[in-house]
Amino acid sequence: MNAYEGLVDTGEERHWAFGTGFTAALSGVDRALPAEVDTEDLTAYCLMLGDDALILSQRLAEWCSRAPELEEDVALANIALDLLGQARLLLTRAAEADGVACDEDTLAFTRDEHEFRNVRLVEIDCGPGPGGDFAATIARLLVFSTYRLALLQRLTGSRDPVLAAVAAKGVKEVAYHRDHAAQWTLRLAGGTEFSRERMVAGLERVWPFVDELFAPHPVEARLPGIAVDSATLRAEVDEVLDTVFAAASLARPEVSPLATVAGRGGRDGVHTEAMGYLLAEMQHVHRSMPGATW
Amino acid sequence: MLDPELPVLTLADLGVLRDVHEDGDHVVVTITPTYSGCPALDEMRADLTRSLTAAGYTSVEVRTVLAPAWTTDWISDDGLRKLAEHGIAPPSRIGRRGPVPLNLEPPAARVACPRCGSLRTRELSRFGSTACKALRACGDCKEPFEHVKEI
Repeated sequence: MNAYEGLVDTGEERHWAFGTGFTAALSGVDRALPAEVDTEDLTAYCLMLGDDALILSQRLAEWCSRAPELEEDVALANIALDLLGQARLLLTRAAEADGVACDEDTLAFTRDEHEFRNVRLVEIDCGPGPGGDFAATIARLLVFSTYRLALLQRLTGSRDPVLAAVAAKGVKEVAYHRDHAAQWTLRLAGGTEFSRERMVAGLERVWPFVDELFAPHPVEARLPGIAVDSATLRAEVDEVLDTVFAAASLARPEVSPLATVAGRGGRDGVHTEAMGYLLAEMQHVHRSMPGATW
Repeated sequence: MLDPELPVLTLADLGVLRDVHEDGDHVVVTITPTYSGCPALDEMRADLTRSLTAAGYTSVEVRTVLAPAWTTDWISDDGLRKLAEHGIAPPSRIGRRGPVPLNLEPPAARVACPRCGSLRTRELSRFGSTACKALRACGDCKEPFEHVKEI
């Protein structure tokens, strides 16, 4: 028997060649839009949160089969899967708030670089190639999951029922991500001289991108009661990171934040050089063969 | 209906089956995902549709609810027992929890080995073959086993 036969669809449902092939991620969830909401802003906000998760998921998936140990391949892939799940729900919400005929896959696979609203922290290359290494990936995961957990915890009180529900689920998942990154930070910082050096370098690699997480954005300000003001998260995130650093005897890196371009950063579609390469890899199959199924 | 990834449990045991509403030949089933990215959800949806159609319902609707978010506390007592019988350490009951604490200590080893019952077990990896399970090993019988994480 051909080894591939088992993969081929025998029933009526079609398998997807890429993307999800289904749009039922939010079926049955209360989708009513909150009263007096600017749908363009709600779409933009869902894209911000969804793109953060989607792009980091893509970066983490790059480690699969290349992590320091098998268990870590599995762990990073699982974390990527959680984030991908969150991204699907958020992009679906973005699409339906927008009211035009598109779906999560269209948003993930056909937008151009300037249309992505993720922070630049999640797109930079932190390995496994020469752009970084495992410690840099852990440093990024520590910063990002600490930020995202604080954000999602507040978002559980959002007036948008979908955002509140996605956040309530996400809180439980991201708490595990933060814990995983914190444990590795301790292990690397307290391991050998070499592993400690790498952990310090990893933190220095990601630190220029930290300020952007807390830069207040006009879209947030225009969605009172729905969005979370990023600036209000800083104290909580700093406190958690300081706790981890103290336990690991690490100092907060002293590097300057990466400048924005005329006040515009990742949230406004202005990205780093790494983003184009990432999207090329993530989108090329879909763009080469639009609508393909098998 | 069995869970695609933990086939010792029914969807009801697992607590993902939230509601069934029957109206003549029409049936509405409501399920909730365990994790946001759980790939089994679409399998469950397809399995439910197939089984209910085979059972004679002409119209089957499977709805997904996100809130309230699934917790391992919804796994039935029967479900916990079945997991242990099949060599998977069941989750502890967590009850209502406040804000998620940051845990910088090694995880407490209070998970009993499903084979020999020893509490001398250690975590090998927080993330196992599926998002909902961690991988552990027993210090007494030396066997590795899976543990459904509390969430």
